Amino acid sequence: MNSKITFVGAAALAASATLLLTGCGGQPTGTETSGAGISGSVTADGSSTVAPLTEAAADIYRDVEAGVQVTVATSGTGGGFKVFCAGETDISNASRPIKDEEAAICADAGIEYTEIVIANDGLSVVVNPENDWAQCLTVEQLNTIWAPESEGVVTNWNQVDPSFPDVALTLYGAGTDSGTFDYFTAAINGEEGASRTDYSPSEDDNVTIQGVAGEPGALGYFGLSYLEENLDVIKGVEIDGGAGCVAPSVETVQDGTYTPLARPLFIYVSNASYAEKPAVKAFVDYYVENAVPVAEAALFVPLTADQVTVAQEELATLG
Amino acid sequence: MSPRRMGTIVGDTIRRRAKGGETSARSVGFLVVLWFCLLFALMFLVVLIVTTWIEGADRLDARLFTEYPASDPERAGARPAILGSLWVIGTTAIMAIPLGIAAAIHLEEFADSNHWLNRIVEINVQNLAAIPSIIYGMLTLAALGLFAVVNKNMVWVGALALSMLILPVIIIATREALRAVPAEIRQGSLALGATPLQTTFRNTLPAAIPGIATGAILALSRALGEAAPLLLLGGLVFLSFDPNGLLSGYTTLPIQIFNWTGRPQDGFHALAAAASILLVAILLAMNAVAIVIRNKFQLRW
Amino acid sequence: MTTITAAPQAGGRAPRPRSGLRGRPRPLDLVIRLALRLASVLTIAITVGIVVALVVPSIEFFAEVPVWEFLFGTRWAPRFADASFGVIPLVTATAWTTAIALVVAVPLGLGAAIFLSEYAHSRARRVLKPVLEVLAGIPTVVYGYFAVQFIQGTVIRDWLAWPTGSFSVLAAGFVMGVMIVPTIASISEDAMSSVPNSLRQGSAALGANRMQTTLRVVFPAALSGIIAAVVLGISRAVGETMIVALAAGQQARIVTGPLEAGQTMTGFIASAALGDSRVGSLEYNTLFAVGLLLFLITLLINVISIAIVRRFREVY
Repeated sequence: MNSKITFVGAAALAASATLLLTGCGGQPTGTETSGAGISGSVTADGSSTVAPLTEAAADIYRDVEAGVQVTVATSGTGGGFKVFCAGETDISNASRPIKDEEAAICADAGIEYTEIVIANDGLSVVVNPENDWAQCLTVEQLNTIWAPESEGVVTNWNQVDPSFPDVALTLYGAGTDSGTFDYFTAAINGEEGASRTDYSPSEDDNVTIQGVAGEPGALGYFGLSYLEENLDVIKGVEIDGGAGCVAPSVETVQDGTYTPLARPLFIYVSNASYAEKPAVKAFVDYYVENAVPVAEAALFVPLTADQVTVAQEELATLG
Repeated sequence: MSPRRMGTIVGDTIRRRAKGGETSARSVGFLVVLWFCLLFALMFLVVLIVTTWIEGADRLDARLFTEYPASDPERAGARPAILGSLWVIGTTAIMAIPLGIAAAIHLEEFADSNHWLNRIVEINVQNLAAIPSIIYGMLTLAALGLFAVVNKNMVWVGALALSMLILPVIIIATREALRAVPAEIRQGSLALGATPLQTTFRNTLPAAIPGIATGAILALSRALGEAAPLLLLGGLVFLSFDPNGLLSGYTTLPIQIFNWTGRPQDGFHALAAAASILLVAILLAMNAVAIVIRNKFQLRW
Repeated sequence: MTTITAAPQAGGRAPRPRSGLRGRPRPLDLVIRLALRLASVLTIAITVGIVVALVVPSIEFFAEVPVWEFLFGTRWAPRFADASFGVIPLVTATAWTTAIALVVAVPLGLGAAIFLSEYAHSRARRVLKPVLEVLAGIPTVVYGYFAVQFIQGTVIRDWLAWPTGSFSVLAAGFVMGVMIVPTIASISEDAMSSVPNSLRQGSAALGANRMQTTLRVVFPAALSGIIAAVVLGISRAVGETMIVALAAGQQARIVTGPLEAGQTMTGFIASAALGDSRVGSLEYNTLFAVGLLLFLITLLINVISIAIVRRFREVY
């Protein structure tokens, strides 16, 4: 009887000891605290397109200041703004500008923010590698594919263009909380939020990649960085915005020839958080000042020189 | 007896046994089917383990424990997830086990089983054990909304959801363990002048501890493998730091696996497989400890 | 301490002394007893909490969306501008995955149970039973990953070359089925083991071989436990989230065949969780309306199980 209680007590003691040791563990191995010893938490939420960029920044920044704890969630651009305007996050990642209604909610709640363009993006349309007929699609053809009226009607590639083969059309795309969704529908269907609904929507762009990679007749859309990271499983489509077929790339996005799907990516910083939390200030300063190298590391389209200047000015208004 | 008659009798016996005996075609066929059923399930397990091992064994190294999630699979690791899992399971254990044992003691030792309230509680516990795990996540989400708690991503929130999930399991297991203690133990204690409470805490409960420990470890191992309720509570999040407190942000190993699984790069699939191996190894170890406790310490009355 | 020589009985409640013999109750005792009672009543609080948590947002939901449209509509597009809230597509996907899971799990589970209970040596049983339990202990995330990568990717698409996309209800249902096998096998085996040996011996004495004894005597005698096992398996299949979220797909459509992708009720709840749903918004209420439906379905299944067990139970 006594031995059993001793056993259980010892086990409990061992478990709690392990927990305390690992939990209160010291600095992670491999980093020197070369920074100013700032500590605190930074919360970011929003677009799943921009999230990898902020995560890359957080990853790099940990080597600079180990005490700054960054959390990045992905609720979609719209979802991110909802929590941002409720004062719950410090940074909102966004793949489209804030809407007027959202800005009004922020104003009502007394949340003042600063909009900073942090990178560029070419919204890419992707197809399965076996798809050799859709090398270039016009905006009209994309509209045929994605318009609300096409729901249940346009289900085959040969309905998009008679020269296309008889292959079933399966669609993957962004969910409705996504800034990618808002931007794509505005650019292709002419109205933000107007889209057919019989496709596989997901806030997680990786699901789109998996889906498109698996079916010959599949088509999807998401940010350029996801395309560049997965060229072995999917293929990008050139877009004809009226002036010829243009493939998305760093150059075509930066010089504006990739229309209408070239877009800026934003972070919205809460002025109050910046002023009151040194961790937020330190992280945002680092992020914006290193926007170009971070974007290149994360395979995003970096800011042009002009955009860098503008971003620095916005940052200065915060400080 | 003439040889012919003997031949007829032998022939009849053989034919009769061949039709209905143990060696008849149908009996043997039945046994083969049963073997197939068992072997198919085991084969599935073997294929699962082998494919996961092949995919993930390369990445089963120190990086998994020391590195943080990153966009480059070569540099990524599951450190925040592993520590997050430890924190959440530890907190769950502290929340759920004492409560479950207390409820089970009451139901088994003190409650009048004919009283309507206690009967409702018993049926209720059975029902709760069968509810899908994601509903516990929704319950916690609603509770947070009620108390206007805005930040869901905290260790104690995840632990709360998991505690409610495994509470019925702990109650049922503890009741079984208490039930296995013979009445003589209690009667002897009472005969010597102890109060019912003293009897319970000094005689019955210690005798039931191996069974309770087994049940608790199995319940915790179930909680360790759960991802669905925590997904609803903001568990799918990128952390650049170690979870380090009840109020700290967290993620868990199953959620990290879910995250990496969804990414298209093969590097992340290998990582997901390696993390899966780690998780399954931990769970097997916990189950083995539970079985050892049961076999070694269980008192045979 | 002297041991009592009477034969030990399993279990037994503390016989309550008559009040005259109890003596003065110590105040600490009362407090502790009250604490224990509160702990047990807490479980009711959890159930009440679940019901309230699911019903309140659902009431708000049904104020905006008519019940009949929810239950019988065939278009599920809750978050779009042109929204529809017909839950039938989700239900068909759930039905398909559950049916496929049962087709896999019931034969395998019962076969394994019969083998372990009637045919296996006790040594073999001691080894095989824990190994089967390992199947139940593997996290569902791992199963889901296996389903989408190996079963769907390699087996169905590469080896069998069946016409299907990246996700299918077949892959999800198949893996779910194998996951449920230990549940069905374990409970059925317990039920069959508790059939008294006298029945088996009587059957053998009448000339039946083992197969006939098993199928015609033991199996019917254990029927209530076996049905309970199958129903529990159904309930687990309906409530499973991670496997279907990873392998069955995200598109809410009416599923008409096993090779199609579809989104189940639990899959929808999981995907909605990954977006953002503010308390009080229509999206939040939709989430909880589907959760309420899921809860009611599993509750119904459990109630049916209890009723069937009570009806068919043989007491020996």
